[in-house]
Amino acid sequence: MSARRIFAQPARYAAIAPYLWMVLFFLVPFGFVLKISLSQTAIAQPPYVPVFDFAEGWTAIKEAFAQLSFDNFKLLTSDSLYISSYLRSIVVAVTSTLILLLIGYPIAYGMARLPQRWQPIAMMLVIVPFWTSFLIRIYAWINILQHDGLLNQVLLALHLVSAPVVWLSTDTAMYIGIVYSYLPFMILPLYATLSKMDASLLEAAADLGASPRQAFWLVTFPLSLPGVGAGALLCFIPIVGEFVIPDLLAGSGSMMIGQTLWLEFFTNKDWPVAAAAAVALLVLLVPPLLLYDRLQRRTLAGGG
Amino acid sequence: MTGESPNIDTPKIDKAAASARPAAPADAAADMPLLRIEGVTKNFGSFRAVDRLSLDIKAGEFFALLGPSGCGKTTLLRMLAGFETPDEGRILLGGRDIAPVLPHERPVNMMFQNYALFPHLSVRDNIAFGLKRAGMARAAIDTRVGEMVALVRLEGMERRKPDQLSGGQRQRVALARSLARRPKVLLLDEPLAALDKKLRESTQQELMELQRSLGMTFIVVTHDQEEAMTMATRIGVMNAGRLEQVATPRDLYEAPRSRWVAEFVGDVNLFDGEVVSHDHHRLTIATRDAGNIVVAEQRQMVTGTAVSVAIRPEKVKLWHHGPASDAGHSHAVNRLAGVVADVSYLGGSTVYRIKLDSGTVVRSSMTNTTRLDIHTYGVSQRVLAWFTPDDGVVLER
Repeated sequence: MSARRIFAQPARYAAIAPYLWMVLFFLVPFGFVLKISLSQTAIAQPPYVPVFDFAEGWTAIKEAFAQLSFDNFKLLTSDSLYISSYLRSIVVAVTSTLILLLIGYPIAYGMARLPQRWQPIAMMLVIVPFWTSFLIRIYAWINILQHDGLLNQVLLALHLVSAPVVWLSTDTAMYIGIVYSYLPFMILPLYATLSKMDASLLEAAADLGASPRQAFWLVTFPLSLPGVGAGALLCFIPIVGEFVIPDLLAGSGSMMIGQTLWLEFFTNKDWPVAAAAAVALLVLLVPPLLLYDRLQRRTLAGGG
Repeated sequence: MTGESPNIDTPKIDKAAASARPAAPADAAADMPLLRIEGVTKNFGSFRAVDRLSLDIKAGEFFALLGPSGCGKTTLLRMLAGFETPDEGRILLGGRDIAPVLPHERPVNMMFQNYALFPHLSVRDNIAFGLKRAGMARAAIDTRVGEMVALVRLEGMERRKPDQLSGGQRQRVALARSLARRPKVLLLDEPLAALDKKLRESTQQELMELQRSLGMTFIVVTHDQEEAMTMATRIGVMNAGRLEQVATPRDLYEAPRSRWVAEFVGDVNLFDGEVVSHDHHRLTIATRDAGNIVVAEQRQMVTGTAVSVAIRPEKVKLWHHGPASDAGHSHAVNRLAGVVADVSYLGGSTVYRIKLDSGTVVRSSMTNTTRLDIHTYGVSQRVLAWFTPDDGVVLER
């Protein structure tokens, strides 16, 4: 009864803002993309048919609807270019996520165990690089990784290699770029779960005869799984659709779906196929997104 | 050390088992207490949490560390568990210094104040946690967990997670988990603080019965004096990192050794004064607020010594004031005239606050032994508060 009155009228209207946002900036554009993905390519402006012209009347629109087809989606499943792009995207995303987890977990764990007053500083150190433009940081990596770049200079100076190593335009370079760029997205959710953990649980584990190593694997790690899940999905989902990093750092041998999409759209001018690839990518990412959402809910329910 | 803590073969621990362990040196074992704390000091920065504290605890005792928050009692308990290291002094368990023994290797278990149950494990797995670490066989673990679940009456809850249990049930799981390894000493950090009053009282009884039937040594930390007095066979009262007094609940209450203890444990009337004479084990003390008070005292005290006289409210009786009252009682040596300032009826007892002619207030507590009591005193009635020499305690200031 009184709970309702807590929210004044403007606040209640504010509650619809996220839905409005979703409709305006996701559902409506997605509708456009979906429609294009069902169209055929054409040498015209815009480069596809049919085009809905609401001025032409009801019958024209009905006719236009009849021209829509799933041909582009059939193409996606039959052409090995697309299938291999999707597969590569997933392989790259899974591999990167695992590397991120292996690097991010110890960092987050270390941060959570720092004395209280040092933790915000450590957090800043993780975030501060992101105050520089993403593109600039990737170009910096190109500089570091190129033939006479910093990395090769250091390796040569230390006599670890006798000739410059080819880093740029390799998968290694791409993984370096991805891991570097996404590390904070892995560290922050992990740090959030690890720093919330009750220290007395580890004392209880020790009290009951668990060595520090056992206490970690039996108590800390299982309890940090929601953070692991959140961090992994927060990285995995955008990496699948990653375009800039593989385009700038990886070789041209094989492409991720983001690159294929770009190629279809800008080089081939095949908007319908590009749109279909985008829709397929979205559908592919729905299961992990739902998983992420469920994990978030459980963490909120458990932690609240 | 890890090998002997969970004695899998013996179904029940008897009282002698802990002290008769062959591991302890044979000659010293007889009179050596199970736990000896020798001059232990612990500092946190410039704050001295525990200050050169020494204490012996015998096997089978139910010992309570009582004190206000910040007195160092929890720090002491954590040093016993191994979570803190003493800066000075030694802690001997069964005659052996346990300083180098890591927490996970100590034959001591702790029940945490917040219970510290593993939220991702079921009741069963929480209880079995310590047994698995001890490398117990699967079948033996199942048996022991079954015993523990029955002991704390949680049958049917084995598969539940901690967040599916009530506060009282969680407390029982924590207890079962800390008892499962059959430690030599069980440390309990404010074990009942999170329970409501009714549940706390019944759980106190259960803990006492459990301790008696298992014959285990319990050390409980509490700030609740009633809880300490109910459960413990001996109480150590701590203040500012030191033990003020170690005594049975009765001695602590009836013969407090310091003014601080007298005030901390129970309610008390205190009169400051100095010794004026001493004969036949009776001290006469001239007090500022209540005239001369005669107190039975075995100690010799020099005339002029500054002392306080402590009298518990229930030892102060009341009379209707006036020459006609039965003042013939020869033991009613100490009589303080005053007026009833207020009356608090508490059900089982009634507390009168008597304002003496000097202005000081004396509390008198009377048990309501009959339902219709005609001997009650009303506000602003003139009364005589009296007590015998045996009822007062002399405390040096």
